[in-house]
Amino acid sequence: MSVFEKLSFYLQYPFVRYALIAGVLIALCSSLLGVTLVLKRFSFIGDGLSHVAFGAMSIAAVLNLTNNILIVMPVTIISAILLLRSGQNAKIKGDAAVAMISVTALAFGYLVMNLFSNSANLSGDVCSTLFGSVSILTLSITDVIVCVVLSIVVVIIFILFYNKIFSVTFDEDFAKATGTKADRYNLLIATVTAVVIVLSMNLVGSLLISALVIFPALSAMRLFRSFRAVTVSSVVISVVCAFSGILISILEGTPVGSTIVAVDAVVFILCSIAGFFMGGMKR
Amino acid sequence: MALLTVRNLALGYESHTIAEGISFTLNAGDYLCIVGENGSGKSTLMKTLLHLREPMGGEILTGDGLKRDEIGYLPQQTVVQKDFPASVREIVLSGCQGRCGLRPFYNREDKKRCEENMERMGITALANRCYRELSGGQQQRVLLARALCATQKLLLLDEPVSGLDPKVTNEMYRLIESLNKEGLTVIMISHDISAALQYATHILHIGSQIFFGTRQEYIESEAGQLFLAQQKGGEQA
Ligand SMILES: Nc1ncnc2c1ncn2[C@@H]1O[C@H](COP(=O)(O)OP(=O)(O)OP(=O)(O)O)[C@@H](O)[C@H]1O
Ligand SMILES: [Mg+2]
Repeated sequence: MSVFEKLSFYLQYPFVRYALIAGVLIALCSSLLGVTLVLKRFSFIGDGLSHVAFGAMSIAAVLNLTNNILIVMPVTIISAILLLRSGQNAKIKGDAAVAMISVTALAFGYLVMNLFSNSANLSGDVCSTLFGSVSILTLSITDVIVCVVLSIVVVIIFILFYNKIFSVTFDEDFAKATGTKADRYNLLIATVTAVVIVLSMNLVGSLLISALVIFPALSAMRLFRSFRAVTVSSVVISVVCAFSGILISILEGTPVGSTIVAVDAVVFILCSIAGFFMGGMKR
Repeated sequence: MALLTVRNLALGYESHTIAEGISFTLNAGDYLCIVGENGSGKSTLMKTLLHLREPMGGEILTGDGLKRDEIGYLPQQTVVQKDFPASVREIVLSGCQGRCGLRPFYNREDKKRCEENMERMGITALANRCYRELSGGQQQRVLLARALCATQKLLLLDEPVSGLDPKVTNEMYRLIESLNKEGLTVIMISHDISAALQYATHILHIGSQIFFGTRQEYIESEAGQLFLAQQKGGEQA
């Protein structure tokens, strides 16, 4: 069987198509937000939030709630907003704040589980927050629809607020002093980020989300020097990497998440080399 | 009515007061220089005037219909991260953001203003360069161009010449002077007392004594005499 025959054979299955659509869309959204998040020093927010989600989940388990998304979602979104909202003037800066909240939530969740829970599958729960509670290859049509709607909303918001996001990220004090409602836009960025991360964390797991946030932005920054070029190219890089990562994993039978991350890492190395030579030529 | 009236203002961080009893009025077209030692609260005063910090007491009144989006600001240090990708044009254009309100994109007028101010600062040739790869003096011009995009009335400058060589420093002073002559009200923080006395119409001295008055009054005042003597002593040593 040639590669193409094999591919068209697999593409007959809806779950393969769903995985491709959802994967590419999540890659698109997270790379759009990624540039801002990396610059605001929030690269690891996906990882931090997954630990918060785990803490919330353990409380839900103790309370014997059957539908734990009702508690996990709001708690995670609120912590994301609290982390991101304060912007440049925060007392505790990005990376430290994320580390603090994630460690606390993890410790707290584990503690609560140990004290009160009798039948919880502890390591299973930890694992599912890291790798996604549903695997990307078992998405339902509802998941895909959620993804599509979410991505459309994120792209529209990002385009409409692109100039404001730049101003607020580049120099918050100046923006505020000259009459831009910086707090409002910080809150908007935080809310969108929180919703995207929490939803996609559920679908593809926080490890993949962290990679999708960090890698495309960093790769693009190696190549370009203006905010617009970096944003556009990071979206392109992210989508191409996610698409080829999923195809490779289908053809070769490798795990999807890790394959995408591996492709992203390789592209980052290539971009660094290219950036090195481009920088060398300019000087 | 004055453009800016400050009454009995007290500055500080959390519960700790660093300066109090600051009062002055500023009319359109004035050139105010704020002088004082390191740590006396000059930058804090400027941030309070810009509503970036809450005053500990007293009040700040604006007149002549001065709006928030008619103020330009050049910060003492813009802590821009080493890896922030931003071209000069993007940064200068962002000065127009305050005027945009809810409008999502810059219009033709904003873009024209951006090009004009880059021309004025002599940085048109750098428009597509990355901000982080410029020299300190070039960066300062970019930020001044951005501030000019934000204002037609009031310009606040926090040590605009720090880190610039003598030639560029003089150019910068002359530039600010010409902006003032064009009708812009200027508030500038400076450690360069001779320049302050040369260009400013009014002086505000912050420190153990607070002084506000015209340039001539300052030279004759006790605070001024003391500060000038210190500065001279420093230069001789
Ligand atoms: N974020 C802060 N939190 C607490 N105290 C601060 C903060 N920023 C400044 N200070 C204190 O406030 C005082 C005034 O600082 P400010 O930056 O206004 O001085 P300055 O007059 O601008 O000095 P310089 O000439 O060095 O620029 C200093 O004693 C400083 O230690
Ligand atoms: Mg200062």
